[in-house]
Amino acid sequence: MAGDELSTQTYRVTRADLVRYAGAAGDFNPIHWSDRVAGTVGLPGVIAHGMFTMALAGRAVTTWAGRPDAVVEYGVRFTRPVVVPDDEEGTDVTVAGVVKERSADGLAQLELTVTAGGERVLAQARATVRLP
Amino acid sequence: MPLDPSFVGREYPPTAPYQVGREKIREFATAIGATDAAHHDPAAARELGHPDVIAPPTFPVVVTWAATQQLINDPALGLDFSRVVHGDQRFAYTRPVVAGDELVCVNTVEQIIARAGNDFITTRTDVRTVDGEPVATAWARLVVRGEG
Repeated sequence: MAGDELSTQTYRVTRADLVRYAGAAGDFNPIHWSDRVAGTVGLPGVIAHGMFTMALAGRAVTTWAGRPDAVVEYGVRFTRPVVVPDDEEGTDVTVAGVVKERSADGLAQLELTVTAGGERVLAQARATVRLP
Repeated sequence: MPLDPSFVGREYPPTAPYQVGREKIREFATAIGATDAAHHDPAAARELGHPDVIAPPTFPVVVTWAATQQLINDPALGLDFSRVVHGDQRFAYTRPVVAGDELVCVNTVEQIIARAGNDFITTRTDVRTVDGEPVATAWARLVVRGEG
């Protein structure tokens, strides 16, 4: 139903996750693993790949849709970096969602609110999913 | 140097085919914590109607990287990658990427604008199989930060 809130998903992100994602995605930009390099470009520390954050929010979308192949369209704007400290706890990325519209052809438009450290890290985060 | 707006509409030649391996999909799914069986087990994927394991929604970025490199390596465009920040990313899917796909990307520059000292370039990357079957389209908006 339009207006329905979806169950909020929380994903813990540690440095090890960033290294694993760098390898899997082939994105070895050192701002995602070296505090030294992150500092020289003015970042407060190592940050997560934007595409990793988008991937985590995508997990929330497929979880809500109930199928891993349900996504028809998915887009985000990267607004704030997700800083990941070099400790065991890392940082949490939280994905909340609401159903904006449900059309007769079985599609639903979802709007996502993605935060880390209490701040929104993605804007205009929207997905269209096909419902079973 | 601002980006040259005459590049809008330019289409780059198709990238070399990318062979999507089953283990690459498993590795990517594991890296993002996507545990659904359809990303890992071909039988589970077949139950959903796919010929082999399916990739998570953001996997096409692995494939479109080659198309992004065409832009970075085009001296005429003059994109200074050290100043580039990923602004927006969007995907539209005809179907999920499946293990066994051989995919080519065709990159088109859709928009170049200058605002507040920064350049914004939006590209559309059409991802198709080598046989021409459309799979997904990716739009990326890159922000090129101005100097100083």
